[in-house]
Amino acid sequence: AALNDGLRSQVSAALKEGRVAPTELCQRCLALIKSTKFLNAYITVAEETALKQAEESEERYKRGQPLSILDGIPIAVKDNFNTAGIETTCASNMLKGYISPYNATVVQKLLDQGAVLLGKTNLDEFAMGSGSTDGVFGPVRNPWSYSKQYKEKSVPKSHSEDEESNWVITGGSSGGSAAAVSSFTCFAALGSDTGGSTRNPAAHCGVVGLKPTYGLISRHGLIPLVNSMDVPGILTRCVDDAAVLLGSLAGHDPKDSTTIQDDFKPFELPNLTDVSKLSIGIPKEYHAPGLSSEILALWSKAADLFKNAGAKVVEVSLPHTPYSIVCYHVLCTAEVASNMARFDGLEYGHRSDVKDSTESMYAATRREGFNDVVRGRILSGNYFLLKQNYEKYFVKAQKVRRLIANDFVKVFRSGVDILLTPTTLSDAAPYTEFIQEDNRTRSAQDDILTQAANMAGLPAISVPTALSERGLPVGLQFIGRSFQEKQLLTVAKWFEKQVQFPVIQLEEVKRHDSDVFQHQKSASFS
Amino acid sequence: LAPWVPVVGLEIHAQISSNSKLFSGSQVQFAAPPNSLVSFFDASLPGTLPVLNRRCVEAAVMTGLALNCSINKKSLFDRKHYFYADLPAGYQITQQRVPIAVNGSLSYSLCIDNKMSQMVTKTVRIKQIQLEQDSGKSLHDDTRSQTLVDLNRAGVGLMEVVMEPDMCCGEEAAAAVRELQLILQTLGSSQAVMAEGQLRVDANVSVHHPGEPYGVRTEVKNINSIRFLAKAIDYEIQRQIEELENGGTILNETRAFDSKLGCTVPMRDKEGKQDYRFMPEPNLPPLILYDAKSLPANMNHQQVINIDWIHERLPDLPSVKRKKLVEQYGILPEHSFTLLNEDGLGEFFESVVKQTQMKPKKVIGWILKDLLSYLKQHSLTVKESPVSSFLLADLLNLLEKKEISSTAAKQVLAELWKGEGKTPLEIVKEQKLELLQDQKELEQICQAVIDGHENE
Repeated sequence: AALNDGLRSQVSAALKEGRVAPTELCQRCLALIKSTKFLNAYITVAEETALKQAEESEERYKRGQPLSILDGIPIAVKDNFNTAGIETTCASNMLKGYISPYNATVVQKLLDQGAVLLGKTNLDEFAMGSGSTDGVFGPVRNPWSYSKQYKEKSVPKSHSEDEESNWVITGGSSGGSAAAVSSFTCFAALGSDTGGSTRNPAAHCGVVGLKPTYGLISRHGLIPLVNSMDVPGILTRCVDDAAVLLGSLAGHDPKDSTTIQDDFKPFELPNLTDVSKLSIGIPKEYHAPGLSSEILALWSKAADLFKNAGAKVVEVSLPHTPYSIVCYHVLCTAEVASNMARFDGLEYGHRSDVKDSTESMYAATRREGFNDVVRGRILSGNYFLLKQNYEKYFVKAQKVRRLIANDFVKVFRSGVDILLTPTTLSDAAPYTEFIQEDNRTRSAQDDILTQAANMAGLPAISVPTALSERGLPVGLQFIGRSFQEKQLLTVAKWFEKQVQFPVIQLEEVKRHDSDVFQHQKSASFS
Repeated sequence: LAPWVPVVGLEIHAQISSNSKLFSGSQVQFAAPPNSLVSFFDASLPGTLPVLNRRCVEAAVMTGLALNCSINKKSLFDRKHYFYADLPAGYQITQQRVPIAVNGSLSYSLCIDNKMSQMVTKTVRIKQIQLEQDSGKSLHDDTRSQTLVDLNRAGVGLMEVVMEPDMCCGEEAAAAVRELQLILQTLGSSQAVMAEGQLRVDANVSVHHPGEPYGVRTEVKNINSIRFLAKAIDYEIQRQIEELENGGTILNETRAFDSKLGCTVPMRDKEGKQDYRFMPEPNLPPLILYDAKSLPANMNHQQVINIDWIHERLPDLPSVKRKKLVEQYGILPEHSFTLLNEDGLGEFFESVVKQTQMKPKKVIGWILKDLLSYLKQHSLTVKESPVSSFLLADLLNLLEKKEISSTAAKQVLAELWKGEGKTPLEIVKEQKLELLQDQKELEQICQAVIDGHENE
């Protein structure tokens, strides 16, 4: 079995048939993590516990009693999910060294099904950002920066310039998880998605990023950014694998009162061959300012792909889309101000040495523990929640949110099954360029195509589509109806099959895993 | 001098009697070792979420119904933000926009001029009842310049009952609170023991001249008993009147009642007005309650709360119990008040009545005058009484059968209080208290007395 194998199609079978052992798989991943350390995708590598889990898995396979299709599969988890006994930092000084006493529900489910938890991945501090560049452990590097495909296309600006200054960002805030999946150090990773934080890095790193319907997967144990929009996100190398993860995680959780009560039935994705009954909507407002001509062209080609295959492709309108950024800004910062109020150094986390009074201790702790992105959002949020501002900002934003959600309801009611849009405005920017603008500006720009789905609570998935002229991944997004993940993923899988996105050619992986490129597909979407 | 009209409103926090807290599974228990009843959610560990406790909702619905409120079939939860050591999350979950019950009323009775025989019934409007979290406790250790925080109480369910400013003095407020306490204890929704912090009362007090708008009000806190409640309010009313008559002004401030000095003093902590930045609680969907009409057919009844079902099962409220006592036993209304006011006294009375031939109208005198005064003198509860209902009934039977006089009966009772295990009959025999029925014997005794005092 190869590290780039599809989980479902190949690795699980290999484990079951004994062609590869869980411990071997685990060790190979751990070794690869070490040799790709420069990516800075992982904050914590849980080597000992992972190996132990792998050993236990191996025992189960020997007895012929694997717990599930995920038994023995190495997985990574974004560092804003609680993991008992393993540090959970949210890439913040506030939680450096914080060891949670409990597992997030999604983590517990993975462990209960035998998955091997390799470690915690890097992110923007408290998931605030769209580059995975603003955490205290430093930025995450996009593995594609080191790919043959990118290096071939990049023109060195000077002789002395090397990879070091040319590397591109992963996007964010789940950049570590996206990079981990993209560089083959794990078979799947958990991210979170509040405004696009799973789909954005998925698109930039050439992996599948699924944002499930709000309320489908439990948020218990996910350290919240915006409670009314957060969802756990799933990052995998193919759509089938995303369906497997979804099946193992979805369903009611009594510990999370915002999960739906109905039973969730895991499904297998059919191999769709006939798209003639499908109606694809192209929302015109997603031709947003700043959308690169390259991506515009790819989007258009994708629409044609569906048309030529017999599907109905129509232009639709989601008129309130342009308001979503400011609306999101108000609601997000308000919730952030509230959610961050608990970080006072009293019960857990960083506590300042300032002791003059409780209040001064609180103030110093929060100043020392939070970066300026977090502090900025807290201040904004508190402003919007002031009594004199509440109606004008918060309540107004809630109303606009309702309008945005209704746009989707109307479009889906008119007969459209799935919406097709770009995921990002362009391919991944070089780090040096990205940091020219501040976090707030970048977030506002980058979230525009992904964030409305969070407003409306809808499921959405980014599928790697093609390489840009610079040799970097571009993904396209499908948005579906509430709780219709099966239909969404079925269409996504069909699309994935059509575009045949190329496998990343990484030197490090090649060195470690000689048979990785056995099944490399060189044809790309064109 | 123009007359002053005092205006008193109350905010009462009643701790819900439940096994676990409002939004988490940790236990509710008074005086447990510090920080031994704290779940991850209570400690505000990041990533934890609130899960609503059904029992707490039922308690609030029962209380709302008992107070004649409209129960809101849809109510909402909000976050109220402020920073304090005993509030781990930096916000309290409460119901600010739409509480669970509104627009009720509470009837209570007062004696006019301290005469039990003249009771008057008054009503105070209940503005609303809301569910909210209790905070932890913080103790300031000034010697070591530190604050000690105990989170056992953090997250315990509270019902905040808001009484409109329909009262005019300490006595009215005290009577209203007493009645509320009895109702809560009857329902079982709160044990409402003020000394254990299960019932906390804040008073809003202002004064104005008749016909003029209401005056600036102050909030009085830190009141630990019903007696102190009346004292604190009356003091504050006087203080405000004196202040205004001397040309001063009343500040809209919070004052603490100092029970030792018997006065109210400004509280240091509250500086200016707090903006609590209320925000809907995003982790709790709206609370939906049903009644018989709106209950969906195929809904699992474990999943829902049916207001009508709860209404049908409410126990007799104190006012109903009193009425029944009056009707059944022919006692006076003021008697029924005292019976219910003292924990266990009503049951004691009924038990005695069952075991004796003496008419209830006569028994009541023995209960309210003799037994009760004895209990009060010795600071005993009815449960701790050395004289059981059986013994008292026994004694009253002797009196009823005219085997002893009522003076003798009081003597026997005094002896019974010693709790030496003797029966009334044994004491009567010991002290030779039997009434002499024999005419001849009586004549002999009288003659002996006369003979012994020939000269007088």
